[in-house]
Amino acid sequence: MFYREAGEFRTSYAEDSQTFPIRFDRWRYYAVLLVAFAVIPFIINDYWVNAVFLPFLIYAIAAIGLNILTGYCGQVSLGTGGFMAVGAYACYKLMTAFPDVNIFFHVLGGGIVTAAVGVLFGLPSLRIKGFYLAVATLAAQFFLVWLFNRVPWFYNNSASGQISAPERTLAGVPITGPNTEAWATYLFCLVFVTLTAVLARNLTRGSVGRKWMAIRDMDIAAEIIGVNPLRAKLSAFAVSSFFIGISGALFFAVYLGAVEVGEAFGINKSFLVLFMVIIGGLGSIFGSFAGAAFLVLLPVLLKNILVGQLGWATDLAAHLEFVIVGLMILIFLIAEPHGLAQLWRLTKEKLRLWPFPH
Amino acid sequence: MKRLKIASLALAGMMASAPVMADLVIPDLSYRTGPYAAGGIPFSDGYQDYFAMLNARDGGIGGEEVRLIECETGYNTEKGVECYEATKGEGALVYQPLSTGITYQLIPKATADGIPLHTMGYGRTSAANGAVFRNVFNYPANYWDGASVIVNHLLNENGGSLDGKTLALIYHNSAYGKEPIRTLEELSKKHGFSLTTIAVDHPGQEQKSQWLQIRRERPDFVVMWGWGVMNQVAVQEAANIRFPMENFYGNWWAGAEHDVTPAGAAAEGYKSLNMNRIDPDLPVFADIKTHVHDAGNAAGDGSNVGSVLYTRGMYAAMLAAEAIKTAQEMHGESDITPAMMRDGMEALKVSAATMEGWGAPAIGPEFDVSCADHGGSGMGIVQQWNAGDGKWVALTDYIESDAEVIDALVVEDSEAFAAENGIEAGCN
Repeated sequence: MFYREAGEFRTSYAEDSQTFPIRFDRWRYYAVLLVAFAVIPFIINDYWVNAVFLPFLIYAIAAIGLNILTGYCGQVSLGTGGFMAVGAYACYKLMTAFPDVNIFFHVLGGGIVTAAVGVLFGLPSLRIKGFYLAVATLAAQFFLVWLFNRVPWFYNNSASGQISAPERTLAGVPITGPNTEAWATYLFCLVFVTLTAVLARNLTRGSVGRKWMAIRDMDIAAEIIGVNPLRAKLSAFAVSSFFIGISGALFFAVYLGAVEVGEAFGINKSFLVLFMVIIGGLGSIFGSFAGAAFLVLLPVLLKNILVGQLGWATDLAAHLEFVIVGLMILIFLIAEPHGLAQLWRLTKEKLRLWPFPH
Repeated sequence: MKRLKIASLALAGMMASAPVMADLVIPDLSYRTGPYAAGGIPFSDGYQDYFAMLNARDGGIGGEEVRLIECETGYNTEKGVECYEATKGEGALVYQPLSTGITYQLIPKATADGIPLHTMGYGRTSAANGAVFRNVFNYPANYWDGASVIVNHLLNENGGSLDGKTLALIYHNSAYGKEPIRTLEELSKKHGFSLTTIAVDHPGQEQKSQWLQIRRERPDFVVMWGWGVMNQVAVQEAANIRFPMENFYGNWWAGAEHDVTPAGAAAEGYKSLNMNRIDPDLPVFADIKTHVHDAGNAAGDGSNVGSVLYTRGMYAAMLAAEAIKTAQEMHGESDITPAMMRDGMEALKVSAATMEGWGAPAIGPEFDVSCADHGGSGMGIVQQWNAGDGKWVALTDYIESDAEVIDALVVEDSEAFAAENGIEAGCN
């Protein structure tokens, strides 16, 4: 009824190829942005920001990053945890080496360093594909974690091998360290999420994204029609690692404040982000958000319902959480193998015709 | 309609707000799942049972009921943060995360929020310097004390000299496992033994190559900083390469029953540190049995009473309860705030009579806490596993640590922390 194309006339190519061609969709998108930027910061508290919003936003960036590489360019990667660690450690080194520079640039710097590292580990992708590439990126995962554990320079020779984020500010407002306000950290991450999502969306529908998708769909055919696989694959690795690096930097500096590489950026993290991308939907920006929301929020929600509301024993709830999340992943993947994004697409198709489908 | 219902349930679940009541809130960040659950369960059981016993027997502490909030962390830092944020608004008096990783996370947060942290024999060692770490306490002993106690014990056993001996440290490759390295390096310089460090990655189920290295290098002594499943595997591997068990020392987190029983008779003679005594006949256990277990309120399945980590969890609860009592007396108020709790912890005095009052005579060393020293006595005992009886036997009395070496390290590390974070050290 409200969600329809009828009566919408487009007179330019720009209008025709915009991200949200339907007016209702567009307004909904603006409404979400408005709520996210202008309403939530005023009502948010420490619990919501640290338990719900920060992990969701940060994992969403990581999932967008991995989605570019795996979903759009077809290169399976199990090195996400390692690349997040690069972002975190680069950010840490920058924060401690240049304490007067704005934290925004440290996080960006973390992303740039990770992009360089990602390109380096992306080189084997020119020769190997599929499972074999997954194994090569797995090597990156283990190597990077080992490196950050082994070389004291990376953690400024601290006795414990931990890195902890000192207080850094943006326009006088503390963003990292213990004295942060909930709204400040939330907005800081939200700005990064918005920027990366818009950037990713525009990259993927432009020529760069088309090249990636050509490589994903059939690399030999892509090469024949003039796509340079070297550039396409390495640019996918660079952009993807850039995003993952930003998420790693935020994860360390803004969210946790102190990390230990093996615990925070282990192989589990790589799998978690990969699951987010698969459950959310490969090759979809919305899917990255949906996947991150699903895997970050569902356990918190279940815990609060089972322990907080029903008063069950914590260990029972924790075990049941695994069962329920696992089951739901199975059900979702059987019901819709293309992920939550496809469910969303189908819903929208139905809504266009609603309430008169015939 | 159904969707609305689910959504509202979800929203209610997210909020999870419990009514604020005038009572003493003690959060228990426990882990009963994951690779470290074997250690997390008995500790948490002991911690909870003691408070439950106080509620049932004395009606709480100073007339105020203790409300215990358990939150499962799975030894995972992200969940630890979630638990901290979920419980701090309830008026939490003291946090005991039982995880060095979570502790590192909580030190700045808890300090900013003014809530004390008690990291008993774990966490950041230099927090013993209370002038810098105002809200962090690690009495009765810390990792560096532990390392030094082992070396002092070895000195005793070897006629006062370790010259030319070799010592291997097999450690959990994390902040926890790396803590003793600096102390052991200093001590190796001082006493002339050579030190090899061998890392085991989380969770520690795979240690073949590490023990192959030990087999090849044949160190005189192996010291282990392990936790969770890593301990069982290490003891088994040591047995497999026929390493003499009496030369294998675990720290106090690597010396519980479940660490040695899987290896069976082969674990006979394995030694470990302990910071408290174990005695299943303590009068307090009888109280716990009548007031908590018989009433059907036992935490967990109730099977851990008297075990090493149960006793330690209970000891932690006793120290917390004593600090609450001290705070109540200091401020003349029974419903104390976290700030008052901090003062209580800083003024804590544990004497033989105090421990007698707990129903646990001589469970730990006697010590006084002060602003300058949040670290307690720093003493530990050495115990040995008797596989035949299935019992830990204390070999020594409380052994002092090498204060000269450790105090210097504590000052150095805490001052570095103060400089990094712009903290002005001071006791006011």
